[in-house]
Amino acid sequence: MIPSGFEYHRPADVAGALSILQEHGDDARVIAGGHSLIPMMKLRMADVDHLIDLQDIDALKGISIGTDEVTIGAMVTQHELIENDALAQAVPIIREAALVIADPQVRYVGTIGGNVANGDPGNDMPGLMQCLDARFELVGPDGTREVPAREFYEAAYFTAREDEEILTKVIIPVPAVGTGQAYEKQKRKIGDYATAASGVMIQTEGGVCTAASIAMTNLADTPIWCEAASDALVGSDLGDAACKAAVAAAIDAIEPVADNRGPVEFKKHVAGVILRRAIDRAIARASN
Amino acid sequence: MSKMHVKLKVNGREVEGLAEPRTLLIHFLRENLKITGPHIGCETSHCGACTVDLNGKSIKSCTVFVAQAQEAEITTVEGLSNDDGTLGVIQEMFREHHGLQCGFCTPGMITRAHRLLQENPSPSEEEVRFGMAGNLCRCTGYQNIVKSIMAASDQLNAQKEAAE
Amino acid sequence: MKDEVQTPEDRAAGLKGMGCSRKRVEDVRFTQGKGNYVDDIKLDGMLFGDFVRSPYAHARVKSINSEEAMKVPGVVAVITAADLEPLGLHWMPTLAGDKQMVLADGKVLFQGQEVAFVVAEDRYAAADAVELVEVEYEELPVIVDPFEALKSDVVLREDTVDENGKATDGAHGPRNHPNHIFTWEAGEEAETNAVIDSAEVVAEETMYYHRTHPCPLETCGSVASMDKVTGKLTLWGTFQAPHAIRTVVSLISGIAEHNIRVISPDIGGGFGNKVGAYSGYVCSVVASIVTGRPVKWIEDRMENLMTTAFARDYWMKGKISATKEGKITGLHCHVTADHGGFDACADPTKFPAGFMNICTGSYDIPTAYLAVDGVYTNKAPGGVSYRCSFRVTEAVYFIERMIEVLAIKLNMDAAELRRINFIKKEQFPYQSALGWEYDSGDYHTAWDKAMKAVDYDGLRAEQAQRVEDFKAGKTRSLMGIGLSFFTEIVGAGPVKNCDILGLGMFDSCEIRIHPTGSAIARLGTISQGQGHATTFSQIIASEIGIPADDITLEEGDTDTAPYGLGTYGSRSTPVAGAATAMAARKIRAKAQMIAAYLLEVHDDDVEFDVDRFVVKGAPERFKTMKEIAFAAYNQAIPGIEPGLEAVSYYDPPNMTYPFGAYVCVMDIDVDTGVPDIRRFYALDDCGTRINPMIIEGQVHGGLTEALAVALGQEIAYDEMGNVKTGTLMDFFLPTAWEVPNYETDYTVTPSPHHPIGAKGVGESPHVGGVPCFSNAVQDAFRAFGLTHTNMPHDHWRIWKTANDLGLHG
Repeated sequence: MIPSGFEYHRPADVAGALSILQEHGDDARVIAGGHSLIPMMKLRMADVDHLIDLQDIDALKGISIGTDEVTIGAMVTQHELIENDALAQAVPIIREAALVIADPQVRYVGTIGGNVANGDPGNDMPGLMQCLDARFELVGPDGTREVPAREFYEAAYFTAREDEEILTKVIIPVPAVGTGQAYEKQKRKIGDYATAASGVMIQTEGGVCTAASIAMTNLADTPIWCEAASDALVGSDLGDAACKAAVAAAIDAIEPVADNRGPVEFKKHVAGVILRRAIDRAIARASN
Repeated sequence: MSKMHVKLKVNGREVEGLAEPRTLLIHFLRENLKITGPHIGCETSHCGACTVDLNGKSIKSCTVFVAQAQEAEITTVEGLSNDDGTLGVIQEMFREHHGLQCGFCTPGMITRAHRLLQENPSPSEEEVRFGMAGNLCRCTGYQNIVKSIMAASDQLNAQKEAAE
Repeated sequence: MKDEVQTPEDRAAGLKGMGCSRKRVEDVRFTQGKGNYVDDIKLDGMLFGDFVRSPYAHARVKSINSEEAMKVPGVVAVITAADLEPLGLHWMPTLAGDKQMVLADGKVLFQGQEVAFVVAEDRYAAADAVELVEVEYEELPVIVDPFEALKSDVVLREDTVDENGKATDGAHGPRNHPNHIFTWEAGEEAETNAVIDSAEVVAEETMYYHRTHPCPLETCGSVASMDKVTGKLTLWGTFQAPHAIRTVVSLISGIAEHNIRVISPDIGGGFGNKVGAYSGYVCSVVASIVTGRPVKWIEDRMENLMTTAFARDYWMKGKISATKEGKITGLHCHVTADHGGFDACADPTKFPAGFMNICTGSYDIPTAYLAVDGVYTNKAPGGVSYRCSFRVTEAVYFIERMIEVLAIKLNMDAAELRRINFIKKEQFPYQSALGWEYDSGDYHTAWDKAMKAVDYDGLRAEQAQRVEDFKAGKTRSLMGIGLSFFTEIVGAGPVKNCDILGLGMFDSCEIRIHPTGSAIARLGTISQGQGHATTFSQIIASEIGIPADDITLEEGDTDTAPYGLGTYGSRSTPVAGAATAMAARKIRAKAQMIAAYLLEVHDDDVEFDVDRFVVKGAPERFKTMKEIAFAAYNQAIPGIEPGLEAVSYYDPPNMTYPFGAYVCVMDIDVDTGVPDIRRFYALDDCGTRINPMIIEGQVHGGLTEALAVALGQEIAYDEMGNVKTGTLMDFFLPTAWEVPNYETDYTVTPSPHHPIGAKGVGESPHVGGVPCFSNAVQDAFRAFGLTHTNMPHDHWRIWKTANDLGLHG
């Protein structure tokens, strides 16, 4: 219950944060909302000698809605995501997903940056960002770069971010008007991670699917963006056969592990059911 | 581990103290400030018994370092009583509708309900249940907690109307 | 003069006595965060204690090195079994006639077992030091299966075998294997077997009531303060039985009982978890004695779930026989009871399996037999009765499942099968085949009321249609109707057969009326949320005629409260409530004499009227209780002592038997395993109802804990004895979102032997609720061939049931 001791830093800007990271390397960690990191520290599963609190850095805040892209600062909280009506208009799936993350208190504090950066396979935002084809801006001692969400996750808790980089922004292409979007999540109770969750986006034109994007959450050691599943839908009439093919492809791509939520067989089955429901809802919401 | 100087406002009062950066806000409140309304029910941030209102947000004070709360304005359940020591509206409704039994989850519940009703002054029952899902109770089965909060929302809305 | 316009009804209403939904006096402090729980206590110079715990489920402890730990600034001491041994405190007696290690003495027997106790200036230093204590373990083979334990060569409790490795006798008789604890029997084995063997219909089933945990929101803790000057030990703690703790602490520490003051302050939920004594209590006492300073110990949630007393873990094999018309003729039950590393079960001493022999339930079963075998395994010690009377949840689950299994065998409706087997009203008091005398009941009235309230026939018709629709591919949702008709046995109990460690299970109430007419009462029980300060004052108000608002009611301080056995097993109202009524009646009897003296008439010429004594036939001549109270301190009455007080120690003649009828309607998503509770109807009969608002609250709470247990809450182990569900991530506590609204209803069948006819209600909803939820899940699959599947019915297990039945196509 009691974390071990650390030095506390609260830099005013990104440069300040980076210099502390550089100075202390492995012994330093940034903290955003803290609701992944602090519980680990309390269980003494994360050893942090230098804690860098990002809350004062203005460059990490704010949501800006452009015509083509939405840019969200890493320190934007789930609560802020939900409350932003312009964001809900531009990318409705974000509000839908954020509402099924954790509970009200955690959403007040948990950030999008924290949720996408630490590589916890249970988090919802990573898969969602892959579905949206988002990019993450990383700032480090060697400069600024962007990594697509679809290339960011390597293994549980291992991402493309170097130790001395900070994830500063999430950049999301605004989905085309008429895109049907749905986030579906099965969980044991509010506050639990997903037993299975899926984010789906579908575009149609004249009854034919013109684009699709499918991502699965907490069903492998990383989120799974399944191109084969979207391929099964694109060009189809989105009828039962095509949807079944998409689901089969996704089941093939996931590698769930057995845990207290259930055995592998169960998770695979439920993943398919959840994905199908997300597909059906996305189809119903697609307009063209 | 060297201590740092922290300054915050709690229930309208400026307070300060020395604490190690790793001191959890819940411990600073309970041990340093002797504000024992918020309680500790778990260590994995699930139960919500430690909920306080920080800068207008419901937060679990067991998952915040006091260092992060520097300069923050915090309200705990003690701050929701009337100045003359009588029960505030939410507290009164919890009593009226039997929204508590052992009382251990109650400070967190009432503090969260306070913020919930700021977010949404006329919630439906479903919205109350969803909005209170970060606070666990073992005694009441939640039904009378929901009833208490719905009644508090009626009372507060009536008061607002009367004032207008 | 306002008395002249007040009717007796008005005056009674003003008292806020029995039957009134009086608002709680406790709420004023709780809603303002002004409760006083153990962790709120701060004393000058107080130290904090924390445990080093074993990561292994079974291992020898080869060495403990606290050198590095002692270097942490603020650390004062590290206590091990070696330090406790000279005091004889390295082991302590359990409530079940066994003993358990306070700190690891040569070996550990379950994951999380206490190995060393670090004492420091604050909890942060203690936590740092705990990490630095170096313990060398040698792992031993782990046994988590009780059946395997009874066959294994691995001896878990080396302290219970002789030099030839043979099991010595236990507290409950001979043991047939080193890992066997006891065998307990009730009923007639030969007769029952004969009836079953020759029966027209027999149904058999094996069921597992999984291990779970009461998990009150406040964890266990204590603050011990030994005053070297006065020689007095004060011990605050999360104790559901403070007096028993005082006596036990005295016996094991050697400190005379009059020099020990035990205080249970506000307690944040008990549910049985806080009945027994834990190492932390003992270590905090020893540490205080050794350091000369107060010592606080508060466990965290993982410690609570992993090491404090669990509940259930009963493997039950049942056989039930009946005529082909469905009249039950016999019942056979065998239980294998997993007690973990030490038998720390909280039961009356003569009942190592609690009141499991209530397992004939609400049914008139002429012959029955029960045998229970207790077993040691490498799991946390216990168990306790989690929101039930002793083992009653297990017994009621067993019979309410056997009824369903029998109904399936007979191809009968389960409601009808229950109805034709209910004990009839005229049969009360009813002698059950396993040895209990049920005090009163009117099961048919309650059942019929429930069936009508839910339109049972309509529900079955709807369910039949749903089955057709499912088979036709029109829906993927199955509907289950869960039924439960439970009889509880609470209010332990008569001293002649109920004792805890030799302390008879009476309870007590002491009432003192002040000169100005208000009063103070103290009981031997202790509320953990049940609202005693509100409800017991209502009993006094009705019995004596003083407003409940004028009565202070205290519990929990052993220096002032009369001796009692505490609060658990729904015993407060049956036993202490009776003592309260009896003490109140003693006062009323004296008040009568005082009134008669003041009115200058004979004692028999006055009668009690709500809040006064009135001269018979002359109603304008009366003395109010207020006037009588003052007179008790003011008048010199020949033959009557001054003052107005009384104490009663009540030895109940029997237990009480509340009962109820519950119906749950559930819709189950077959493809995801997710159940939706559409409706829950609960009819409870707890006899006389003291405070309807509080009864309703108890029902809501008990049903919610039942929902949790039935639908996922478990303490699960892997084969290495690692606890898989040791945090609230995986230990299922539903939020407000997962819990439905409940409909509550009632009938009133008073207990004939209780002074106010009350039976107690706190645990009934949990006892009756678990089988109701479980039956709902299982009923949904009955039409597809399911007979029985074990709890908990979490999503994956419901899914698996559907999968095994071929419902996933």
